[in-house]
Amino acid sequence: MIPMSYYLILSSVLFSISLAGIFLNRKNIIIMLMSLELMFLSINFNFIVFGNLLNDLTGQIFVFFILTVVAAESAIGLAIIVVLYRNKNSINVEDIARLKG
Amino acid sequence: MSIELIIFFVFSSLLIISAIGVVTVNNPVKSAIYLVFAFFTSAVLWLLLNAEFLAIILILVYVGAVMVLFLFVVMMLDINISELKEGFVNYFPVGAIVFLITTALLISFFQTQFVDVDKNIINEIKIIGDDNTKNLGYLLYTEYILAFEISAIILLLGIVSAITLTHQKNPANKYQIPSEQVNVKKEDRIKIIKDKEGDL
Repeated sequence: MIPMSYYLILSSVLFSISLAGIFLNRKNIIIMLMSLELMFLSINFNFIVFGNLLNDLTGQIFVFFILTVVAAESAIGLAIIVVLYRNKNSINVEDIARLKG
Repeated sequence: MSIELIIFFVFSSLLIISAIGVVTVNNPVKSAIYLVFAFFTSAVLWLLLNAEFLAIILILVYVGAVMVLFLFVVMMLDINISELKEGFVNYFPVGAIVFLITTALLISFFQTQFVDVDKNIINEIKIIGDDNTKNLGYLLYTEYILAFEISAIILLLGIVSAITLTHQKNPANKYQIPSEQVNVKKEDRIKIIKDKEGDL
């Protein structure tokens, strides 16, 4: 038997790694997007675990919808990165800041 | 130690190792490969939680579609890796502090806020049968039908926006412009020429 706390600790460690990854890769927007995917994965873990705890399938339904929305989000994000690369010839995050003012 | 616990420990340590690989590796292609590996291991962990349909969906949709899209974009762009990686050492203490604080907060929250954290959570949820996919489909097409349709529209929105953002018009191609076609006047098309002698 696996206690619920093991899964919760795993998902919180995964969330913290991906949050630290956003801080570590401040220049590379693609790795930032990948960290975001990892974050969604850890949140999906929590949804499934609490759904199992409450004996309710709604948690798994929510994971299904999160997967759908994240697929759309990453497609749009990658399209924005491609457009950015065409205009600036780099994907450095600091180049996006030129949009202001 | 039961076999389930052994599987859990093996695959969760693999998952954490590959997650650390995603955020620390130099090359974005290697980082995407690590992310694919993380998705595979978490699919195994979801199988342990009796979420079979979601485990398959994670592999088919995520690894098969989204991660391939990531790899396409990473390989299509000619990225200067060394320029993007500078400052990694400077940011490392901040990242480590963020990691430690968030982990400590989340773990202490989960340990203190829930009384039944040591309960075994591997149980199968039954609504109309033993099949996880059948139960999920039943809920999806009855109770959550509106959300299901909205998610279909979100996917359509994703397709349309991704295409309009990246689509480049080729000047050699000829396009119809319907608004000009509708707004055309008689004077734009025919020209009435009076005869000079005036006897016609």
